[in-house]
Amino acid sequence: MTLPAMLPALPEIFLAVFGMALMMLGVFSPEKRAFKTVCTFSIAALLATLVLVLANPGGRGVAFNGLFIVDGFALYMKVLVLIGSVVTLLMSERFLRHEGMDRFEYPVLIVFATLGMMMMLSANDLIALYLGLELQSLSLYVVAAFQRDSLRSTEAGLKYFVLGALSSGLLLYGCSMIYGYAGTTEFASIARVVSAGALPAGLVIGLVFLITGLAFKVSAVPFHMWTPDVYEGAPTPVTAFFSVAPKIAAIGLFLRVMVGPFDGMIAEWRQVIVFISVLSMVLGAFAAINQTNIKRLMAYSSIGHVGYALMGLAAGGRSGVTAVLVYMTIYLFMNIGTFACILSMRRQGSMVEGIDDFAGLGKTNPKMAMAMLIFMFSLAGIPPLGGFFGKLYVFMAAIQAGLVTLAIIGVVASVVGAFYYLRIVKLMYFDDAAEPFDTPIGKGVGAVLAVTAVITLLFFVGLSPVVEVADAAAASLLQN
Amino acid sequence: MIIQALAFYVFAFVAVAAGVMVIASRNPVHSVLFLILAFFNSAALFVLLGAEFLAMILVVVYVGAVAVLFLFVVMMLDINFAALRQGFLQYLPIGALIGIVLLAELVFVFASWTFSPDVAAVIAAPTPAAAQVSNTHALGRLIYTHYVYLFQAAGLILLVAMVGAIVLTLRHREGVRRQSIARQVARRREDSIEVVKVPSGSGI
Repeated sequence: MTLPAMLPALPEIFLAVFGMALMMLGVFSPEKRAFKTVCTFSIAALLATLVLVLANPGGRGVAFNGLFIVDGFALYMKVLVLIGSVVTLLMSERFLRHEGMDRFEYPVLIVFATLGMMMMLSANDLIALYLGLELQSLSLYVVAAFQRDSLRSTEAGLKYFVLGALSSGLLLYGCSMIYGYAGTTEFASIARVVSAGALPAGLVIGLVFLITGLAFKVSAVPFHMWTPDVYEGAPTPVTAFFSVAPKIAAIGLFLRVMVGPFDGMIAEWRQVIVFISVLSMVLGAFAAINQTNIKRLMAYSSIGHVGYALMGLAAGGRSGVTAVLVYMTIYLFMNIGTFACILSMRRQGSMVEGIDDFAGLGKTNPKMAMAMLIFMFSLAGIPPLGGFFGKLYVFMAAIQAGLVTLAIIGVVASVVGAFYYLRIVKLMYFDDAAEPFDTPIGKGVGAVLAVTAVITLLFFVGLSPVVEVADAAAASLLQN
Repeated sequence: MIIQALAFYVFAFVAVAAGVMVIASRNPVHSVLFLILAFFNSAALFVLLGAEFLAMILVVVYVGAVAVLFLFVVMMLDINFAALRQGFLQYLPIGALIGIVLLAELVFVFASWTFSPDVAAVIAAPTPAAAQVSNTHALGRLIYTHYVYLFQAAGLILLVAMVGAIVLTLRHREGVRRQSIARQVARRREDSIEVVKVPSGSGI
């Protein structure tokens, strides 16, 4: 194989080589400075990868004998994932130093996790899909348990590992059934077998197992049990990372698998997706009401949001995929912003995570309260903030596809869900002031907070170009 | 031909029986030994299939490394297996129910096993005829050329697993005396030996 033949995979190859170099850098630089140096270089490496991804001339590229594919869809999702990773690294530096877990392996693991996600998004074969997923998951298990002296963190890591391994097992079982009945692991060839008609029952059962495994990874109900515990136990910057980059990557993978090779079986899988989408939205809305811990609340919130994204997938077709892409874009910014707020909840040097701790924030720290207000309104889907448009496109796609009941359930769930988002706003502005949070919150977190708040607030300004790009990406996914 | 069939049934029967004994035997060390027996019989089945490379790998990797590691773990950890089995009967009905449903589904699926008509056209990596290359050769060709991407990705996964294990368990303890070869070599006679003139009868 010559070098130009590997060119579509250039960003991944660059990131892999750089990741290993970073590890050497961490080992050989003086112990005191290792974390800071590796962190800085990791951010630089991820930004360079982002540039490489953006520099792709576009169009379809295949490498490694068709195992690896680059198209507009992969590029779009990779940009979102890379933004998520860079921003989380920016936010975590101070936190990790504060909590005494500033070991240089953290940024390295984040880099490898990001690499795994990029491989997932470019997977064009069942084996490539599995290896990308496993590279990502394995790194995530470790970072979840990174605060190894804390019982909660190790428990989160262990729980994530055991359930993640189970879901990988289900996924692999599904893959082997699909391989057994289709006779191939390549997506293009599977698509050919599927569209040839006369589906064997084994292929359908394999697909169901595959959906189960993927639903675990995106934490859709009824495979969501690990999410609240892992989100609560993991160190906060890790939770912020979990709630954006891996979720976006897994949704992207979900889209690629369902809309790509199994497009011809939409009648078979649509009912399954509709079912888990409804359950996720409803559970996300109702279970979050009783929460007192903000990280747990965000876990349920993310389960609900996955439900909306899956609604777009259930709608299928170009408009459905576009809707999911727009939804994930805005989800990235509002979620990162919310976690930037959570990361600045610190009293007398130690983290607080209760929802009640927001009481009176409007008086003690008006700027942060304003940002939080924007994120909460956006998560609830109140116009004209970004979250509203995400939901709007998803609902429109669902109605276009004739899934009116699903759309109605979605609207009802989002009204119920608005309750707990608005409760935080009420606490901030109408309750008696509690002790103020520590200031300053740090340059990294502050900048992230400001930028994401502005993006969420003014999303409608850039809406049409985003939709245009997402539409082109969706078209590129569908023509495969 | 009949000898081959006979050999197959013997190996297959012993493999399945050993598999049952792995979960049925009370002593965990016996379980591991039965597991090794199952590995050996599976290797023999591979040989019957003409896959001698896989057979050797199974013996070398699984018996030589994995099973021995299991044995170490079983002997080193003091696990009370009687306590682990408590509640077994309590969960037996629901477990059995789920198992039977799953089994019925699988039987249903496999009974209707039909390849899709396009299979011959879409086979990803057709194996060359056995007469032309040995199967070690054929596997190597696939892994290092056609599937090099997957091979490298698997390597990265193992690297991450190693990093993870070290990150989560390695602790630098204070007060541990480590060997420093540079310091040992750089040591000179004057640093460590002192010649003392001792007047006789007075001591040091």
